[in-house]
Amino acid sequence: MDNSIVGVWSQPVANVVERGAVRKFADAIGDPNPLYRDEEYARGTRFGRLIAPPTFCRTFDFGIIEGLDIAQEGLIHGEQSFHFERPIYVGEELWCSECLTDTYTRSGGSGKMTFLILEQKGETKDGELVFTSRANVIRKEGPDA
Amino acid sequence: MNHSLSVGMEVPPLHKGPVTHTDLVKYSGASGDFNPIHTVESFAIEAGLGGVIAHGMLTMAYVGQMLTDFAGVDADLVDFRVRFRAMVRPGDTVVCRGVVSGIKEDDSGSLVTLQVDAETQRQETVVKGTATLRYR
Repeated sequence: MDNSIVGVWSQPVANVVERGAVRKFADAIGDPNPLYRDEEYARGTRFGRLIAPPTFCRTFDFGIIEGLDIAQEGLIHGEQSFHFERPIYVGEELWCSECLTDTYTRSGGSGKMTFLILEQKGETKDGELVFTSRANVIRKEGPDA
Repeated sequence: MNHSLSVGMEVPPLHKGPVTHTDLVKYSGASGDFNPIHTVESFAIEAGLGGVIAHGMLTMAYVGQMLTDFAGVDADLVDFRVRFRAMVRPGDTVVCRGVVSGIKEDDSGSLVTLQVDAETQRQETVVKGTATLRYR
């Protein structure tokens, strides 16, 4: 891997938190929480409107890190973390970007493995940070690599 | 401060599943993660997985549901991290559990930290992690 891309953030991409997408996501994870789908109920809570399930923000488009070529196949998701400044509101627009913050290779019994630490963030148009997240992914290179 | 919480208190466990192939197709569509190891049996076998496996993020979402159910409308989830330790497969049931491990007061309320995990019917821990809820 070309290490010069470490630390370079993708160009932020605007993501609208769509009501239908949130409901579909909540359905897919089997979560009946009315905060994700019942507008009237949500309006009566301190949130004042529909929100998204926390892990929904993993589905955003974070843009492209130039030069980072990670074929999805053969990737193992090792760890995942989220930090929220506040809930994600249905209907809002978040500008999301991603950065490869570290990468290293280890050799083990099952061959060479490359570790990739990817961090993401989502901000409002005015630059209010809403969430950050981090994914540790592992690529098995196999004994021949 | 939520006076009903104390260190060592258990979060009501959340039982999910059995996970079906349809669940994995639905999650692929809803999340945009179309890696065929989650949906195409022959591909997953070819990849040496012995069959399709659930998205790690689906299991994390189950644990998230347990946390947001527990938080209700009184608290916000502020931190949530897990390590993926084993695979969930169609047919598996998953139980999500949590226990309060710390309570810290500050100016804007209280921060409640929890140890969380999810286990299959094989008593295999599939994810393990921590979470923090803020009560205002």
